[in-house]
Amino acid sequence: MSKTTQKVDEVVIRFAGDSGDGMQLTGGRFTETTAIVGNDLSTLPDFPAEIRAPAGSLAGVSAFQIKFSSKDIHTPGDAPDVLVAMNPAALKVHQQELAPGGTIICNANAFSPKNLKLAGYEANPLEDGSLDDYYTVYDVEMSNMVKRACVDMKLPPKTVDRTKNFFALGLLFWIYDRPMQSTKNWLKVKFAKRPELVEANARAMDAGYNYGDTTEIFTTRYTVDKASLPAGTYRNVVGNYALSLGLAAAAEKSGLGLYYGGYPITPASDILHTLSAWKHLGIKTFQAEDEIAGVTSAIGAAFAGNLGVTATSGPGIALKGEALGLAVMAELPVVVVNVQRGGPSTGLPTKTEQSDLLQALYGRNGEAPIPVITSATPGDCFFVAYEACRIAVKYMTPVILLTDGYLANGSEPWQVPKIDDLPPFDVTFADKSKIADGQFMPYLRDKDTMARPWAIPGTEGLEHRIGGLEKEDVTGNVSYDPDNHHHMVETRALKVEKIANEFEPTEIFGKKSGDLLLLSWGGTKGSCRSAAESLQDEKKKVSHVHLRWVNPLPNDLGEILIKFKNILIPEINYGQLIKIIRSEFLVDAKGLNLVRGKPISSADIQKTAKDLIG
Amino acid sequence: MPETKVKTYTRADFTSDQAVRWCPGCGDYAILAQAQKIFPDLGVEKEKFVFISGIGCSSRFPYYMDTYGFHTIHGRAPGIASGVKLSNPDLSVWVVTGDGDGLSIGGNHMIHLLRRNLDINVMLFNNRIYGLTKGQYSPTSELGKVTRSTPMGSLDRPFNPLALALGSGATFVCRTIDIETKHMQAIITRSYSHKGTAFIEIYQNCNIFNDGAFAPMTDKESKADKVLWLENGQPMLFGAKQNKGIRLDGNKPIVVTIGKKWSVDDLLVHDEGDYVIASLLSNMTYQDDFPDPIGVLYAIDAPIYEDLMLAQINKAVKQKGTGSVQDLLDAGDTWIVE
Repeated sequence: MSKTTQKVDEVVIRFAGDSGDGMQLTGGRFTETTAIVGNDLSTLPDFPAEIRAPAGSLAGVSAFQIKFSSKDIHTPGDAPDVLVAMNPAALKVHQQELAPGGTIICNANAFSPKNLKLAGYEANPLEDGSLDDYYTVYDVEMSNMVKRACVDMKLPPKTVDRTKNFFALGLLFWIYDRPMQSTKNWLKVKFAKRPELVEANARAMDAGYNYGDTTEIFTTRYTVDKASLPAGTYRNVVGNYALSLGLAAAAEKSGLGLYYGGYPITPASDILHTLSAWKHLGIKTFQAEDEIAGVTSAIGAAFAGNLGVTATSGPGIALKGEALGLAVMAELPVVVVNVQRGGPSTGLPTKTEQSDLLQALYGRNGEAPIPVITSATPGDCFFVAYEACRIAVKYMTPVILLTDGYLANGSEPWQVPKIDDLPPFDVTFADKSKIADGQFMPYLRDKDTMARPWAIPGTEGLEHRIGGLEKEDVTGNVSYDPDNHHHMVETRALKVEKIANEFEPTEIFGKKSGDLLLLSWGGTKGSCRSAAESLQDEKKKVSHVHLRWVNPLPNDLGEILIKFKNILIPEINYGQLIKIIRSEFLVDAKGLNLVRGKPISSADIQKTAKDLIG
Repeated sequence: MPETKVKTYTRADFTSDQAVRWCPGCGDYAILAQAQKIFPDLGVEKEKFVFISGIGCSSRFPYYMDTYGFHTIHGRAPGIASGVKLSNPDLSVWVVTGDGDGLSIGGNHMIHLLRRNLDINVMLFNNRIYGLTKGQYSPTSELGKVTRSTPMGSLDRPFNPLALALGSGATFVCRTIDIETKHMQAIITRSYSHKGTAFIEIYQNCNIFNDGAFAPMTDKESKADKVLWLENGQPMLFGAKQNKGIRLDGNKPIVVTIGKKWSVDDLLVHDEGDYVIASLLSNMTYQDDFPDPIGVLYAIDAPIYEDLMLAQINKAVKQKGTGSVQDLLDAGDTWIVE
């Protein structure tokens, strides 16, 4: 029987299985290969907080979604076209989100009475016909097939069964016409000390590929053309990794030592892991006893002349709050990353949310303004990390960088930046020449930036004391003077506001006026941009503005907002940026607030937009 | 290495222009005076000293030393100090803290600093009371302490700072007393020369809220019988007539009188390298039947955290070369779009 090949523009696949089925790894390999093939792509890992929930249970389902396309895309997709379900629980959890007419590929061997019961199925959905009206279902005996592929290898049955994710991967590689070589190379590195696992997984992958090629079950292959991206060298990059690279780039470019103090917390820990592996760059990482020691050690590092960095998630920021106030008072350059997750309290550790914006802006005692920069995409984490460091040092201030679980673990093809192309990042420590009249003044400010001098211990003649008590301007001495306090509160606020003077004019995607402006910050940029594109295609007068900095806001934002009849602010929170926009600009902005632990879909935004403007 | 000649300093070089604001008669004055006297002689460039403190009366200390200083937030001085030291191991970093700052709100940071063994010196002013907040009991106050927050007496058993430090894995544990000027100078000098975290408990009198807390150890009439001055390699002798001593009865220390039954040879000999002896000495605190040990209880050599950190960095450089961020950016599976 001949096979046909069909060209499609974009595909969304969701790999779902038990936590122990290796779905993140399978998704990761498919992503790397898809990147090499040259498609644009966006990914969304979705895994449980439990390391190993009971096997086969609904709580233990782990999933990885990838959207890939021949066009420029901004999101990991709404409804998947293909669901790979490695067990009944995975099918149960994800089936409802599958696009109508979508494809389900199951490991039929996992649909045992026990697993069906664990997933809450009364009857086997692969046999009772309940799916057939809506979806194309392929029930493939993956476990049996890998058993046969490895029959002569004398491996324990469990080990062999664990290769079934590579069978699924191989099958998907065949269906979407992707090469397997890079994954084979990867296996050799991954299991360098276990050659039998390299062999077993490679056999499983080949078996999956050949199964697609030779059986008559699969009649059609799909191809997705290369996306037309700007010329250059590309790689796939995950948000937390890009962020770590940005920090390292800032250190290298500025010549500052990079000091990272942090405490493990989901979903920020990978930043600690990544930087810890780069000791050859001279990066110092310190796993502190708690979140507070993480940030205070970073403040100490900044005092001593290093680039002090800490990263955490919302609960950790709550613990660091008092120390952040100290960094504001002492005016030291510290970068604090918050990889936001669902809250409050422990909340949803592995799910994404944008609910720490107000915490970043206001979560400290006293008037404690801190610049807040946000990342829009996984790759953008690199640039905002670099920018956060640059601004922190230039203005001698702590900076908060907000990303989120979706950005941190998601990935996209990324044009590899050149260090030489990054904005200049020069640092001047104070020295003896800064002493006027024999006395060093630690709070004598730069006229342009209002930054105080960075005078580091070890510098002769600049011995001075700083601290959390209110400072007298210029001298830095402790002061309880009422007028000085008011002046310093004002000074610290003005210094942060000044940062906006170096922003580029705000980019408006679409016309400068119209019926609706979509306003986004952080990880909702992609969904908003997709929605704006679709609505513009439908001739709606919709534009999109994305905020990189939330504090300070761009100087030109007010003039932009008033040119639109409606403003819609989609956020994965209960309405936070909207409070700022309404109070700052007195505009009647509307919110789209879905707090479901996952990205807001482009479809949701389009629907709300149409409800507003018709 | 070329011989570097350090400038000679005087006390004035270490005295800042800030007016000292402790209560008249506070034990902190004596500690500050000894520090300003001895630091000029440690043989270190003044600009390399960094004093880090938390919150409390003792934590005002850095303002009065004309060195680099950072008066931080409550209990967090060890974290700040660790960041300073790890960023620039050349600096001589001193944490100044108190019984509340260092053992209550900052207790967690303290034990972790001690176990890591960074080359940092900790001066813990122990006055067994909260002074700055006006007289609540502290984690070192004796059980049943009547204070403003405990009108019927405190309910919690006190921390023994020396035992806590030993239990945390400290490599240098000692104690001195605010008014013992010569001893304090010697202790500061010893602490400075110890490589690793040095924990110095300083008995410090708060004449406003807990006056006389250490009177038995400081009053002329009683101190000879209530203080055991520790000297490495020497028998544990004390008393006005130097006729009392500490001896082991099985595993239990007892106080004996030198005379017919016991001679000096029967006494326990101090060994700064012996954890069991240090532990046994530390536990004489709060025991009415025993003198309080003053001096160096414990001093051992152990690897220093920042040295290990730098060794790992050097090893990584040896294995991978001094990499560049561009190398990392360009690494992995890349493809070219034309």
